[in-house]
Amino acid sequence: MKKSKQFWPFIIVAVLVYTVVQILISNGMLNQFYSNTLILIAINIILAVSLHLVIGITGQFSIGHAGFLAVGAYLSAIVTMKLHLPFVVAIIVGGIVAALAGLIVGIPSLRLKGDYLAIATLGFAEIIRIVFLNIDAVGGAAGMQVSHLTTWTYAFVCLVITIIVIVNFTNSRHGLAAISVRENEIASDAMGINTTYYKVIAFAIGSFFAGVAGALFSHNFYIIQPSQFGFLKSFDILIFVVLGGLGSLSGAVLSAILLTVVSTYLQGYPETRMIIYSLVLILVMLYRPKGLMGTMEITDYFKLWRTPKGGGQHGK
Amino acid sequence: MENKPLLEVKNTGIQFGGLKAVQNLNMVLNQGELVGLIGPNGAGKTTSFNLLTGVYVPTEGDILFNGERVNGLPPFKVTRKGISRTFQNIRLFNDLSVLENVKVAYHSLAKHNILSSVFRLPAHFKGEQEMEEKSIEFLKIFSLDKYKDELAKNLPYGQQRRLEIARALAAGPKLLLLDEPAAGMNPQETKDLMDLIAFIRDKFDLTILLIEHDMNLVMGVCERIYVLDHGQLLAEGSPEEIRNHPKVIEAYLGEEVHDVNA
Ligand SMILES: Nc1ncnc2c1ncn2[C@@H]1O[C@H](COP(=O)(O)OP(=O)(O)O)[C@@H](O)[C@H]1O
Ligand SMILES: [Mg+2]
Repeated sequence: MKKSKQFWPFIIVAVLVYTVVQILISNGMLNQFYSNTLILIAINIILAVSLHLVIGITGQFSIGHAGFLAVGAYLSAIVTMKLHLPFVVAIIVGGIVAALAGLIVGIPSLRLKGDYLAIATLGFAEIIRIVFLNIDAVGGAAGMQVSHLTTWTYAFVCLVITIIVIVNFTNSRHGLAAISVRENEIASDAMGINTTYYKVIAFAIGSFFAGVAGALFSHNFYIIQPSQFGFLKSFDILIFVVLGGLGSLSGAVLSAILLTVVSTYLQGYPETRMIIYSLVLILVMLYRPKGLMGTMEITDYFKLWRTPKGGGQHGK
Repeated sequence: MENKPLLEVKNTGIQFGGLKAVQNLNMVLNQGELVGLIGPNGAGKTTSFNLLTGVYVPTEGDILFNGERVNGLPPFKVTRKGISRTFQNIRLFNDLSVLENVKVAYHSLAKHNILSSVFRLPAHFKGEQEMEEKSIEFLKIFSLDKYKDELAKNLPYGQQRRLEIARALAAGPKLLLLDEPAAGMNPQETKDLMDLIAFIRDKFDLTILLIEHDMNLVMGVCERIYVLDHGQLLAEGSPEEIRNHPKVIEAYLGEEVHDVNA
């Protein structure tokens, strides 16, 4: 079968990348700054890929992804800091609770279309932030102390799992059903696809991995605050997906890497940071109006893997 | 079961604001029939299809399919009960391949669940392979298999219409609703299409309801015809009866009938 051919090369590349980085870290050749940046890249890729499933594959313009990130961040922090359970448990709990939040938000709001869905999801994310802001048990505006538990290994394993799950979902009848919703919802419905079901499922899977990213995120700093999960954070994630090319998973990955690196190096110059960041966006949109990858996958260039069915979005 | 009609439409209608787009619609389709639905533009033909497929919920009456009420069900459930359709304005999945278009319709007949796909269990590979094989079979019937990896939007217009029918067929219907399937086709393409429609009716044991503008075509292929005008049934009968029906001549056919008879 053609499709299983993409699996092993991916695993081999993943193991290589992991091993090389891990060796460099344990040799002390990569200092804290670099290893932190790598972890941040992994987290941002997870966020980008999980939102790609909702927007790029299923065509649902949800722009409140930071809300699910916050749910995962806080819930996992409660699991490790208050309940003193292992980090692995915290990651899973963060994902599951974020997925539940996704179901609660998704079931009513996915009936809305376009702009209305965008507003509803953005509103939800703000509500989440304000809820955490007002719970004293998690520190309110001052934030919550969290142990630094996220390592390169945790981040990378979560990243690999996220990509495998989302690619496998996409390249199946279920992913095809989700894509058909994006392509033409009326026709999809007429062909017997339960469009609401697939929108909600994609939303829940996307939220789950945003929650996982949240767990990695909160345990990568020493403190989390509600202000880290505002709508600017949601837009950052949205930009990964749009810049990469709607419908292209590899595009989302590439732009997450690119933008994380750019914004990390510009951290020292907060005044110029937003200017250069905006310039990068404008340049990409001028020269690649369909995003970095357009509708292509990286594998299309290597002709090693078959075109994943995520391709073919016409940025609508 | 034998003499029970496949589809019974009982006094059905729908009102949009003040406009009664369709009213007092009564129809009976028996298993295996190929029936035409004709009428001037704006008569309510497409609206009737939308009522039958759950796109609109009738404001009056009932629709029974296999003796079971289907009005009020959402479209995807109606499709799963066995009514599938094509659209007057082609609604393909434009940026998906020809093969994928058909696979989407076969989707609900496949069984493998999300977990089997995510974990790539044997059920996934078996199910996906079956989907692929079945979909290619449908494409072959319509001689579209050579285009299987083309994007649907890149097909010539006539082939897009055929792909829409192939896709509707892949959903596994007992009743197939075709909304102006030959619109925009040249005479040769139309003739081929009509032969094909008769062929799939027999091969898949289908019942077909067909909206069409071309009178010659409807008269040639359909065994029975319903005529709709201003949202109401004007006449019903064999092509011969319709051709000579005074009300039909008066309201709709006029000159065209003489042409047909000439
Ligand atoms: N959703 C709708 N809202 C308002 N009017 C509608 C709607 N759908 C159809 N109509 C009206 O119903 C009438 C019948 O339309 P239609 O069924 O498309 O005719 P046709 O017989 O040409 O297929 C037309 O006057 C049309 O404007
Ligand atoms: Mg019409």
